[in-house]
Amino acid sequence: MKFTFGWLKEHLDTKATLDEVVEKLTMIGLEVDQVHDRAKDLDGFVAARVVEAKKHPDADKLTVCRVDNGTETFEVVCGAPNARTGLIGVFAGSGSYIPGTGITLKPTEIRGVVSNGMLLSEKEVNLGDDHDGIIELPDDTPLGSPVAAALGLADPVIEIEITPNRGDCLGVRGIARDLAATGVGTLKPLDRDPVPGTFESPIKVHLDFDKGTEDACPYFVGRFIRGVKDGESPKWLKDKLTAIGLRPISALVDITNLMTMDLGRPLHVFDAAKVEGDIHVRLSKKGEKLLALDGKEYALDGGMTVIADDEKAEALGGVIGGEESGCTEGTVDIFVESAFFDPVRTAMTGRKLNILSDARYRFERGVDPAFLVDGMEIATRLVMDLCGGEPSELVIAGSEPKWRQSITLRSERIENLGGVKVAKKKIADILSGLGFEAKGSKNGLNVSVPSWRSDIVGEACLVEEVIRIFGYDNIPAIPMDNNGGLPHPALSPDQRRRAMARRLLAGRGLVEAVTYSFLGGAAAALFGGGGESLKLINPISADLDVMRPSLLPNLIAAAARNAARGTADVRLFEIGPIFSGVKPDEQAIAAAGIRSGSSGARNWAEKPRPVDVFDAKGDVLVVLGGLGVAVEKAEIAPEAPDWYHPGHSGVVRLGPKTVLAHFGEIHPRVLRDMDADSPMAGFEIIFDNLPKLKEKKSRARPHLELPQFHAVERDFAFVVDSGVTAAQVINAAEKADKKLIAQVSLFDVFEGGNLGEGKKSLAVNVVLQPVEKTLTDAEIDAIAEKVVANVTKATGGVLRG
Amino acid sequence: MKELDALRSELMTAVKDAAGLDELEQIRVSAFGKKGSITGLMRGLGAMNPEARKEAGQALNALKNEVAEAIEAKKRTSADSELDARLAGERVDVTLPVRSESQGCIHPISQTIDEVVAILGEMEFSVAEGPDIEDDWHNFTALNIPPDHPARQEHDTFYLPGSGDDDRLVLRTHTSPVQIRTMMETKPPIRIIVPGRTYRCDYDATHSPMFHQVEGLVVDESTHMGHLKGCLIEFCRAFFDMDDLPVRFRPSYFPFTEPSAEVDIGCTREGGEFRIGHGDDWLEILGCGMVNPKVLENCNIDPSKYQGFAFGLGVERMAMLKYGIPDLRTFFESDLRWLRHYGFSAFQVPSMVGGL
Repeated sequence: MKFTFGWLKEHLDTKATLDEVVEKLTMIGLEVDQVHDRAKDLDGFVAARVVEAKKHPDADKLTVCRVDNGTETFEVVCGAPNARTGLIGVFAGSGSYIPGTGITLKPTEIRGVVSNGMLLSEKEVNLGDDHDGIIELPDDTPLGSPVAAALGLADPVIEIEITPNRGDCLGVRGIARDLAATGVGTLKPLDRDPVPGTFESPIKVHLDFDKGTEDACPYFVGRFIRGVKDGESPKWLKDKLTAIGLRPISALVDITNLMTMDLGRPLHVFDAAKVEGDIHVRLSKKGEKLLALDGKEYALDGGMTVIADDEKAEALGGVIGGEESGCTEGTVDIFVESAFFDPVRTAMTGRKLNILSDARYRFERGVDPAFLVDGMEIATRLVMDLCGGEPSELVIAGSEPKWRQSITLRSERIENLGGVKVAKKKIADILSGLGFEAKGSKNGLNVSVPSWRSDIVGEACLVEEVIRIFGYDNIPAIPMDNNGGLPHPALSPDQRRRAMARRLLAGRGLVEAVTYSFLGGAAAALFGGGGESLKLINPISADLDVMRPSLLPNLIAAAARNAARGTADVRLFEIGPIFSGVKPDEQAIAAAGIRSGSSGARNWAEKPRPVDVFDAKGDVLVVLGGLGVAVEKAEIAPEAPDWYHPGHSGVVRLGPKTVLAHFGEIHPRVLRDMDADSPMAGFEIIFDNLPKLKEKKSRARPHLELPQFHAVERDFAFVVDSGVTAAQVINAAEKADKKLIAQVSLFDVFEGGNLGEGKKSLAVNVVLQPVEKTLTDAEIDAIAEKVVANVTKATGGVLRG
Repeated sequence: MKELDALRSELMTAVKDAAGLDELEQIRVSAFGKKGSITGLMRGLGAMNPEARKEAGQALNALKNEVAEAIEAKKRTSADSELDARLAGERVDVTLPVRSESQGCIHPISQTIDEVVAILGEMEFSVAEGPDIEDDWHNFTALNIPPDHPARQEHDTFYLPGSGDDDRLVLRTHTSPVQIRTMMETKPPIRIIVPGRTYRCDYDATHSPMFHQVEGLVVDESTHMGHLKGCLIEFCRAFFDMDDLPVRFRPSYFPFTEPSAEVDIGCTREGGEFRIGHGDDWLEILGCGMVNPKVLENCNIDPSKYQGFAFGLGVERMAMLKYGIPDLRTFFESDLRWLRHYGFSAFQVPSMVGGL
C-alpha cells in the first residue's frame, strides 16, 4: 500500500514530522516498508529560464544558453537538442553534486566557452532514463524555486505492508484513522453529503441469485450519470496516482482508482450505451466467456460473481471490469457500480483465473459494507467536478449485509492477557479513536465494532487493538517462571540418542549434510521408494517430486557432486526423516553416512585403500555402541537391501525381524544409474527400530569386579570351508567355557597357499580370565581342547597344524 | 692399610677412566669376581685373629661399597651418554604430515537448533516433534486458517494426493501443526519447542523449498504478553550473545495468535557493513503472539481458563545472521568446502554453562 505524506495529511490533521509518522505507523502494526523521498536527488536545484540560446561558435551540436535563476544569470553550454530560448529548466550551479552521474560541477571551458553550471536531464537526477533532452518545467514555475514542487515530487511516498486482516487500511483514510487513535493527529471529517439525483436511472439492477448464494453480492448501489465528458485528469489527481505507481488514464478511470486507494472503496464505471437493458448480478455459468479490461479473454467456471446485462457478462464482480462495456473517449452516459462482494468467492474467482487486481485485493480482505452509498456520493461529486454530467437517483438492490456486533471487554484482560495495565478511560479513548463505541457495563466495556473492522471477532482482538495503540513498547518484559527450580532436560531419551549419534558420526570424521526430504522418482525407486502416494502434486521440479525412502540417495548424489568438483574422498552423513507412507507412523528418523573414494589422502606413511564395507560397518557399530545398544546381542547377517553390493553388505538385526541398520558398499549399478562413479560405502541406521530406552529407576552401574589373577591368552587357527563365517567360529569358541573365556577375537584370515580350493584359515585369540585361582597348565589345555572340539563340531573346521 | 689405599686408588681411577659399559663390567669382575682383588682380600680375612679380622673387615667392606657405588654411578652416566648418542642419530623430519585422518563436523542448522534448545531448555521448554506430512486440518484449519483465508494462499503449499481432492495432504508449511498435536494429546500446562523441517513451494535467492523452523508454545493459566516479551528478549540476547541487544515488538497479524507481534533486533548497515546490535536500523527475526482462543478451542482446551503464547523462528535465518552466512540455498547443497567452513566441531556442544 503506497501513499504520499501529503495525501495522508488530507485525512489527518497533524504537526508530526515524516519520521514521527513513519515510526508510529510501524509501531501500530502498519509496517513501513520504505519511504521514498523523491525530492532528495533534486535538493539544491532550482527553476531557471533560458533567456537566450545561441549556437556554440565552435561546435555544431552545442548551445550556449544564458540562464536566469531569478537573481543572477549564468552562461551554460548545453548539448540537449531541446535547449532553446524561453524554456524553464532545472539548473545546477557550479559546486553542485549531480546524483545521476556522481560528478561535482565546476566551471569548465568547453571549446573556448566557459560553462558555469548545467541544465539537467531526468537521468541526471535519477528520475528516469531519459537523457535525450533536458527537463522542461511548466511556464508558470517561479524562477529560483526548488524544482521538486514544480515536478510534483516534493511529497515523499510511504509504502507500508498491510497484514491480511486489515482490509480497512487499504485506503489512506483507514491509515489516517489508526494514526489519529494514537494521538499523533486528528482525523479530518469526510464530506459525504448526498448529491441529489434529478431523474430515475433507466438502468435497473437485479440481484439474480439462487437461494443460498445471495451472499455473493448482497448489496448493490448504482447510479446513472448522463452527459459526462471524459478526458485527461487534472494535475493533482495525476500526481497522486503517478506517485504511487499508477498510470493516469482518463478522469473516469482515475476517479475509480482514487476511490480505491483513498477510501478503500472499489468502484466500476460502465459505458451506459453499451449496457443492453438492465444490470443483472448473478453467478456465472460454466463456459461463459468474458473479455476483461486487461485484454485477455477468460473462460469462467460456474459460481463466479458476474455483473451482466440482459445479454451477457460485462464484468467479474470485485475482480475486473469488461473490455466491451468500458468507458472510452466517446462515452457520454455512464453507470457507476458500488457493490459488496463476498470475500471468499472473490478470492476464489481471482485465484482460479489468476487475476490480481486492486479491487480483488480489497474485496477478499473485506471492504466496509456500510460505505456503499457514501462511496457513491463522493464518487458522483468527483465525476461531476471533473467530467460534468447529471446524476440519477440511486439505484439500490439488496441491503446492507449484517455487520453489527458487540463484544464484552473485561478491562482486566488488558493486563492479564496483554501484560500491561491501561486505565479504563484510556481503553475507552483508544477504542473510540478507532471507531469502536465503548460503553461501560457491569463486566467491563460493551464494545460495538465498526462496520469496517470485520477482522474483530472476540475479546482477544480488542485487547490487541488497545495494546497496539497503547504501544507494545509499554508492556513490561517479565522473565519466564521456572516454578522456582532448575529446568528439566529439554530432550527426550530418543531425541538425546539422535543428538549423540550426530556428534559420534562427526567425531568419526564424517561431515554432516542437510539435504532435501524429496528427490527424483527414479532415484527414489532405486532405494525402494517412488510410490504414487508419496509423489508431490506440485513439485518445484521433476527431480524433487517424491518423498525420500532413504537418506542414502541424496548423500550419494552429494558425494558425486563433490567428486565432480575434485573432492573424491567424501565422508558425509545426515540425520533426518525418511518416508515409507504418508501416515505419521510411516515416517521414521534415520542416520545415514556415505564414504567414497579412498580411506584417506595419499600419505607417505600409510597407503590409502578403497573404502569398503567394513568402514560402513565400523560407523554403524560405533554409533550403536555409543547409544548403548547391546551390539554383542545383535546378529550381523548378509541380507542388506538390494541397493548394496550383494556380497559386501549386511544388516544389524535384533531378533529375526528388527533391522537396526544396514551397511555395505553401494551396488555399482545403483551408482551407475545415479551417475556416481567412485566406489562408495554407506550405512543407514533406523532410530525408530532401536530398542526403546527403559525408564531406569536407578542410574547406578552394576558392581565392578576387577579380576585378581592374570589372564591367559591362546591363539588358534582353524581351516574351515570358505562359507563358514567368522561369527560361527567365534560363537563356538566362546561356548567352550562361558565362565572362563572372557573374549574371543578374530585376528587373521588366510586363503590360498596349501589350504586348497574352497578352504580358508581363521585365526582367533582366546582370553581366559581366571576368577578364583590361577589356572594350571592342565586346566588351560583342557579348555583349549574344548575350544577346538566346539569349533570343529560347529563348523567342521580343523585346527591348522 | 696401605695395601687397601693403593687398591682403592687403583680401582677408583679405573672406574673414572672407564669408557663404556663393557669396560666397567671388566672392572667389576676384576674387583668382585671370583678371582677379583676385593674378593681375594675378603677371603684372606678368615685367616686373621678376631680383632684384626674385625678391623680389616670393616675397612674392606667400606672399600667394597665405595667401589660398587662408583661403578653403579659411572654405569648410569655411561648408559645416558650412550642413549644420547643413539637418539642423536635417530632424527626424523617432523614437518612430514601425519597419517591421514578426516575431520568431521556438525551442520550449522543442527548447531543452531541445539543452541536454541539449550537456551529455551533453561526456561523449562521441552522438545516436541511431529510428522512432516500433515493433513489440512492440522496445518491450517485448526490453526484458524480456513480454506479461503488469504493467509493460506501465502503459504505456497506442497500437496500430496492423499485419498482424494477433498482430502489432500500437505508438507507442513510451518512447525505450528505440532502445537495442535501437542495440545490434542497433553493437558496444560504446556511448554514446548518444536524444531523441524518445513516446506514451501518456492525457490529463488531468498527462498528454499525446504527450511527449518523452531516453534514455541506455552499454555497455562497466567502467561501473558509480558512473559512473551521476557522470554524472547532473553532468548535473542542469549542467542546473539549480546547482553544489551535492542529487541522490539511490533503489532502484526497471524491467524493463530491474537494479539500478534513481530520481533525486530537492532542492527546497523553503516558503511555498507551489516552488524547486529545497537544501530539506526531494525531487522525482523521472528513472529509471535498470544495463542488465539479459537486455536485453543479447536484443541479442546477451554480458552476461558487457559491462555499462552506461541512463536516461530526460521533456523537458517538465525544461523545466517549469527554466523554471517550469505546465501540460504547453500545450506542444502552439501558442498564439503561450505560444510567445513561453516560447520562446527563435534565437541562444541552448545549449553548455557559451556557457552553457545
